[in-house]
Amino acid sequence: MTALADTLELQNISKRYGSTVALAGASLIARPGALHVLLGENGAGKTTLLRVASGLTTADAGSIIHRGHAVRWQTRAAALNAGISIVQQHFSLVPAMTVAENVALADRGMLARFSMASAAAHVRHLCAEVGLDLDPGATVGTLSVSAQQRVEIVKTIAHGAPVLILDEPTAVLSPSEAESLFEWLRGFAAMGHTVIAITHRIREAMRFADSITVLRGGKTVFASDGPFTDDRPLLEAILGESRGLDDRMVEVPSTPGSGSGRDIDGVAVSLAGVSVTDGNGVPRLRDVNCSIRAGAIVGVAGVEGAGQRELLRVIAGRLVPTAGSVVHDRQAGFVPEDRQREAVIPEFSLTENFALRGSGARRGLIRWSVIASETKAAMQRADVRAASAESAAQTLSGGNQQRFVFARETVGAPRVIVAENPTRGLDVRAAAEMVRRLRDARDAGAAIVVYSSDVHELVALADRALVCFGGAVREVAVSAEAIGSALVGAS
Amino acid sequence: MTVADGFLEATVRSATPLAFAALGELIAERSGVINIGLEGSIALGAFVALLATAAFGPATGLVAGGLAGAAIALVFATFVVTLRAQQVLAGTAVSLLGLGLAAALHRISMIGPDAVSQVVTIPVVTIPVFSQIPLVGPALFAQPLTTYALYLLFPTAWFFLYRTVGGVVVRATGENPEAAHASGHSPDAVRFGAVVVGGFFAGIGGATLVVAQVGTFSDGMSAGRGFIAIAIVALGRWHPGGVAVGALVFGAVSALQFLAQSLGWSVPYNLLLAFPYLLTLIAMAAFGGVQASPAALGRDGATRR
Amino acid sequence: MSSQRRVAQLSTPLFAVGGAIAVAATIITLAGLDAGAALRAAVDGAFGDSFAVLSATLKRMTPLLMLGIAVAVAFRAGVLNIGAEGQFLAGATAATAVALRLPGRFGPLVFLAALAAGAIAGAGWAAIAAWLRRRYLVTEVVSTLLLNFVALNLVGFLIRGPLQEPTGAYPQSSTIPDVGKLPLLFAEHRLHLGFLIALATALGTWWVLKFTAAGFRLRATGASPDAARSAGQIPVERVQAMALVASGAIAGLAGASELTGVTHALYEGISPGYGYTAIGVALLGGLHPGGIVIAAIFFGALGAGADAMQREAAVPAEFASVVAAIVILCVLAVPGLMARFTSGGRAGSAT
Repeated sequence: MTALADTLELQNISKRYGSTVALAGASLIARPGALHVLLGENGAGKTTLLRVASGLTTADAGSIIHRGHAVRWQTRAAALNAGISIVQQHFSLVPAMTVAENVALADRGMLARFSMASAAAHVRHLCAEVGLDLDPGATVGTLSVSAQQRVEIVKTIAHGAPVLILDEPTAVLSPSEAESLFEWLRGFAAMGHTVIAITHRIREAMRFADSITVLRGGKTVFASDGPFTDDRPLLEAILGESRGLDDRMVEVPSTPGSGSGRDIDGVAVSLAGVSVTDGNGVPRLRDVNCSIRAGAIVGVAGVEGAGQRELLRVIAGRLVPTAGSVVHDRQAGFVPEDRQREAVIPEFSLTENFALRGSGARRGLIRWSVIASETKAAMQRADVRAASAESAAQTLSGGNQQRFVFARETVGAPRVIVAENPTRGLDVRAAAEMVRRLRDARDAGAAIVVYSSDVHELVALADRALVCFGGAVREVAVSAEAIGSALVGAS
Repeated sequence: MTVADGFLEATVRSATPLAFAALGELIAERSGVINIGLEGSIALGAFVALLATAAFGPATGLVAGGLAGAAIALVFATFVVTLRAQQVLAGTAVSLLGLGLAAALHRISMIGPDAVSQVVTIPVVTIPVFSQIPLVGPALFAQPLTTYALYLLFPTAWFFLYRTVGGVVVRATGENPEAAHASGHSPDAVRFGAVVVGGFFAGIGGATLVVAQVGTFSDGMSAGRGFIAIAIVALGRWHPGGVAVGALVFGAVSALQFLAQSLGWSVPYNLLLAFPYLLTLIAMAAFGGVQASPAALGRDGATRR
Repeated sequence: MSSQRRVAQLSTPLFAVGGAIAVAATIITLAGLDAGAALRAAVDGAFGDSFAVLSATLKRMTPLLMLGIAVAVAFRAGVLNIGAEGQFLAGATAATAVALRLPGRFGPLVFLAALAAGAIAGAGWAAIAAWLRRRYLVTEVVSTLLLNFVALNLVGFLIRGPLQEPTGAYPQSSTIPDVGKLPLLFAEHRLHLGFLIALATALGTWWVLKFTAAGFRLRATGASPDAARSAGQIPVERVQAMALVASGAIAGLAGASELTGVTHALYEGISPGYGYTAIGVALLGGLHPGGIVIAAIFFGALGAGADAMQREAAVPAEFASVVAAIVILCVLAVPGLMARFTSGGRAGSAT
């Protein structure tokens, strides 16, 4: 309809969070009547770009052109008024309220009359108009995830926002649900709306998108209109060429294959029929069977919410599965991704943080002088730079914290070491060193399980590869292509 | 008047200040703020009502009491909503603040020749036809006007919470402030408003003690009603209707105490007084302590703006 | 960063106390009274002579110190125990029953048994809340608060029933026999053995938190339940339940000490809200046993000084509650204020 009117253009957007560069000159053009898909690995900057577009955050540099004018949303409300709506990955719904009430939440006027009947009629009207199926009187908390997502979409478009942005809408959906969502999005765009969606599913993107933009390392590396027939340019754009990786690994000769260290006595961890259901009743892992041998590095891959988080915690003995049996090492070391929350207590000293390991089973007194010297020894071994062992953990840089955690979790040479994105947030040198330490531990006979969102890192590091998809775990060949296609659910 | 009539009348009379306070707590809690400081609003509301009634009459007294309660709640909201102080701990402090201020200012006001110690309470207004209803008629329809105000306020509160957009927003803020924020509302503003309005009602609750019941102020006259309000709201499952019933339950228990005394029964009425608290605990355990309460209740640091 | 934090830690209580006294003085002046005279009277009444220090300030400090430690033990584990008041009453009640019923020939064993009974009763009272929390997910904030009123009414029942003094004229228990009373520390002053017990409790708590595995688990659980669970493999829920019970035991001990050391009989007003003031003591002391000793001295002096202020300067003693309230609010507001004045960088990435 209003062809140029609702074109949204993002030009050379840059954004940093502290010392982390999220975007470094990313661009995107979205026109009305078309479905735009944004692809890229975890951490490529997709979500940040869409947060900038929808006013949830402001860019450090770059410009936003909307309806032919340069704009700069300072608040979410400003973008909302301009007609930009966003469906975030984590729904902002009220589970205890009905669908109609959730949709009415976007209404204005505190004393304006709210009636269940007219709110329900409004929802029914919206659903009919855009072709979605919802029961306005249902309590949101009782709905399936895909129905909740429809609520979020209806709520978002209730006030006629012409631009609809969706952050990984298919991450929580089954393949068939994802397909019907994409079909609907395409139809919705065809009504003259501007639609931008992030996804990990390359196949669906190719099938349904009118145009595709790929981000890598915070930059736009691919932008083209369809039709799309060949997935190779897309995979290449998403995963990048191997050059960068080789630079990183230059100091550490790659030694894949079986470990050659001390005696290896077979299986270190085995999972049989393991399933995990989270607190909200959502299944996270379904019937996983696998065994992991000592002296090998097992790489784990998976997109957000595919079950790798739970798999790693079950292997590390940090999560008791809902069903199935696990044989694991009680002393297993665990290096979680969110160090500040799960690995260290920021305001505690390094010595105290060191004492944290195994403290659940400790008895009697703590001899701090002994622990302090163990801490110092470990810090020396792992080259942790801190003023002293009595410094608070929060005073350390990210790389030093990570070295500290790794050193702590490998004290006493545990048979199993689980590491979640161990190089995330580290500079090239620190990342290479972390990789070397993982290999050393492997060569010393430990079973190493590493999750990384960087497929190339996994390929360089792993002796075996496990890929999580929708809660199922599958072993694939250790190659970027095999892992890449398993990640998006292709067989 | 029969014993039963007297008991029922005392039930409604005792329930009136509790119902005002519980209504205030309900509004605050539905927005996600647990206000343990209402005790302070009640105490200061009662004291200010005494002075204002003596000077300007009972209507002004009630409003002034409400405003004093709102002022204490304003302090609470500033610390809890704006400065993100821990709700429960700030609430206990605000209780101390209101109780201390009321007692201290009362003592100061008693100095000098024109000190006010007593005001005339507002009369009971008997509603002709309704008060003839057997059993409940006299109890419900031969009360001071402040009690009748509640007959309007509770349905109004229900209407606001469930039949206006503002009510949907308040409830959503108590359940999931991020959702309210995502829809363009300010959880902080909603909570601030709900707390202050809640304090206003608690202040009126304190004022009714003076203006409609005893006609004077004494230290400790709030007698834990701010804390009882929290129990009533939990017992009433965070719903206006349930809260009204909860207020009557607690009112009935204190009426039983008067009844026992007047009849010379040797029942251990202290055990009766403990009963509604136990009932509230049992209700919370039986219905799953977390399920009926607003999901974000007591959670600090909601999304900014 | 670390030294900045230390400065903040040390300046917070001073800022809170100074601000609270300034606000109270302003209100007193606005009310047409002499704030300067009031302050002088208060300081004199709290620290003026050995009687002020030993019979007023330190005597008042004793229950506040123990209760402050009790509250802090729970808070350090991340459990909001608002029920120190009820646990205190449970302890005082149990101590009364034991001191009245044990035969005098047991000598000092009587007061020791009374103290032990108080600690056990306080622990038991807190255990109800711990059990409701673990078994039924009832938040301890509300359950401990409600149990305070149950305890208060139970005391009211007992002193009009099973524990009432024999004449039946007064709602209180008989005075406990001399063997049940805590020895006084100085012949002519009212300071009793409970004061030393309170100091020992503070010292013992510091030692347990610092040097035992259980104390370390408690601190780790409170500081970061996620890290405690993941990195420490600590059973967080169990640690929190145990912390609540331990907190109740200390509060019960405080009740027993106050009964056997000061009141010597049980009545309804035995605690003038000590359990709530203790929250202020714990917070002002930074939840650290050493800091709590100092905070308890301040609150003890505040109470003693307020009485003197009323006597000497005709300024109502209730201003002490106003000061206490403002102190608590100021301490609570500091993190929020600091977040406002330091860079807003975190707010952007937090959502």
